[in-house]
Amino acid sequence: MEIPTESVRELYRTMVVIRAFEEKVQDLYARGHIPGLAHLYIGEEAVAAGVCASLEPKDYITSTHRGHGHVIAKGADLNPMMAELYGKATGYCKGKGGSMHIADVDLGILGANGIAGGGLPIAVGAGLSCKLKHPGQVAVCFFGDASSNNGTFHESMNFAAVHRLPVIFVCENNGYGISVSQAQHQVIQDIAIRAAAYGMPGVTVDGNDVLAVYEAAAQAIEQARDGGGPTLLECKTYRWRGHHEGDPNQGARYRTKEEIEQWQKKCPISRLEKHLTKTKTMSKKQMQGIWDDVEKEVDDSIAFAEESPFPPLSEIQQDVFA
Amino acid sequence: MSRVITYAQAINEALDYCMEQDDRVILMGEDIGKYGGIFQVTAGLLDKFGSERVIDTPISEAAFVGGAVGAAMTGLRPVVEVMFIDFITVAMDMVVNQMAKMHYMFGGRAKVPMVLRVNIGAGRGTAAQHSQSFHAIFQHIPGIKIVMPSTPHDAKGMMIEAIQDDNPVLFVEHKKIYIDKGEVPEEAYTVPFGQAKVARPGKDLTLVATLNMVAKSLAVAEEMAAQGVDIEVIDLRSLCPLDRDGVLDSVRKTGALVTADEGCKTGNLGAELAALVTEYAVEHLRAPIVRVAGPDTPVPFSPPLEQAFIPSEEDVKKAVSRVMEYL
Repeated sequence: MEIPTESVRELYRTMVVIRAFEEKVQDLYARGHIPGLAHLYIGEEAVAAGVCASLEPKDYITSTHRGHGHVIAKGADLNPMMAELYGKATGYCKGKGGSMHIADVDLGILGANGIAGGGLPIAVGAGLSCKLKHPGQVAVCFFGDASSNNGTFHESMNFAAVHRLPVIFVCENNGYGISVSQAQHQVIQDIAIRAAAYGMPGVTVDGNDVLAVYEAAAQAIEQARDGGGPTLLECKTYRWRGHHEGDPNQGARYRTKEEIEQWQKKCPISRLEKHLTKTKTMSKKQMQGIWDDVEKEVDDSIAFAEESPFPPLSEIQQDVFA
Repeated sequence: MSRVITYAQAINEALDYCMEQDDRVILMGEDIGKYGGIFQVTAGLLDKFGSERVIDTPISEAAFVGGAVGAAMTGLRPVVEVMFIDFITVAMDMVVNQMAKMHYMFGGRAKVPMVLRVNIGAGRGTAAQHSQSFHAIFQHIPGIKIVMPSTPHDAKGMMIEAIQDDNPVLFVEHKKIYIDKGEVPEEAYTVPFGQAKVARPGKDLTLVATLNMVAKSLAVAEEMAAQGVDIEVIDLRSLCPLDRDGVLDSVRKTGALVTADEGCKTGNLGAELAALVTEYAVEHLRAPIVRVAGPDTPVPFSPPLEQAFIPSEEDVKKAVSRVMEYL
């Protein structure tokens, strides 16, 4: 598949935004500026960027507790995102959702989700809306390797297959369900083989190769748009940080330093940088320019969040019902 | 024009009307198509509206209840039949963490206009996993409207209201009253939520009842009127929003409260009403509050045991008599 140069540059930029955002969050969290929980996406950027590059604003996604990357790739604005992490009134959810619940239905973001496997049935329902009311639109569901053992995975895959819904199930296989390795939680290596049980295509790709993710996702999305039904796309990747900020030494209780370092060598961003240099798509200077712009954008979002007020206490009673 | 139809037919008419009026309304559930629903509530709707809008689902409650949440967030107005309230437990995450929370935790950015139809109740020999009445559990989850109409008239009006509401609504039916008949206008109408109905005015004692316990309470009230006890029977109709003022005003007038609901006694919705009255109207109470409820046991199968489980008119009478000793 020939990927247009402009799209490749955009993939790069999206991954840089996610990385820069997450690195700042890591620092802000360590310094106590961000309350609650933060599950960082560093190392997995190629999945969100590669999949969302083929989505239109009117397409839907459901996300996970590790959702910052997905919503950035789907077009979320950094200012209300950062403000939400701070619990400020200007956040996407008026500060009432936090890191795990960022949503913007107008952008097709049906919410990050704090329940592992919680987003799958919701994506199926969005797919049903697409089929009945908006032919050509699709719903993408992100979830992890551990969620593929949840009943909702199996129920949702079956339901989408039976009703031939335009849903793309994107499994981010990062090798761990919190501290439990994939080998400990399932006997298969490739989760994509589970697609066969539901009569849909299952594809496994290197989730750190953004071009491979892009290509596989584009194909699955096109098929869904054309009424060809759902696909299970497994992207093998790795999270560099612990399960959450505060997981001691990036998960040293359950994985080795060597393993983390090995995966860091497979960084999806430096990998694309090498490709961009080799193919003369972008110069080092141009890439640095993107980093500089993005870091300023992230810094601006921090300033926006810090200057924003907390919600008034009366807000606790608002939005229980529409 | 009113005519007499069953409770099941009344809900069917409401669904039919809403589906005709609004093509965003779809039905999902197990055996709701060709079979017409286990209690025939959706009979005929597949033929009229087709399989894209009347969806027979796999036996897969998390997928279709959660699917309804996603469909509702993206512009449809699904009405989901959960065959028995007992089965909702396998979709509890979708109900409690997803459906009920979306609007609030997204700061008002998402709406979830869906109706979850469930039925409660023992009395059909369906034993411990098809007969429960644990609807009160959902009172504890903010974000879900809960209604329980006791008559065909209210069933039709409250279903239309539920479908037109922009919030998730748990619509609680009782499996023993599906074939009960009552007067129902042919035209469409709504019955607002949060308004208890005075089914029988009285001055001596307030008897708040739900679903099948309403008819039993009315029968007891008539019988005891002959003995000079004037009971006010309130059909609660709506658990959330709860008509606090309706209950409190009645108790302030009578000074006594009995509640009647088939759910097991501990944590029964009568407990919430008792707390409400003691918190806001204790100075008006002349007697202890008594709850008529199912016992704290699973529903047994053996017919005599099952009958003993179900709160009876006799149980209501005993509760009223106990309260009357203080008056």
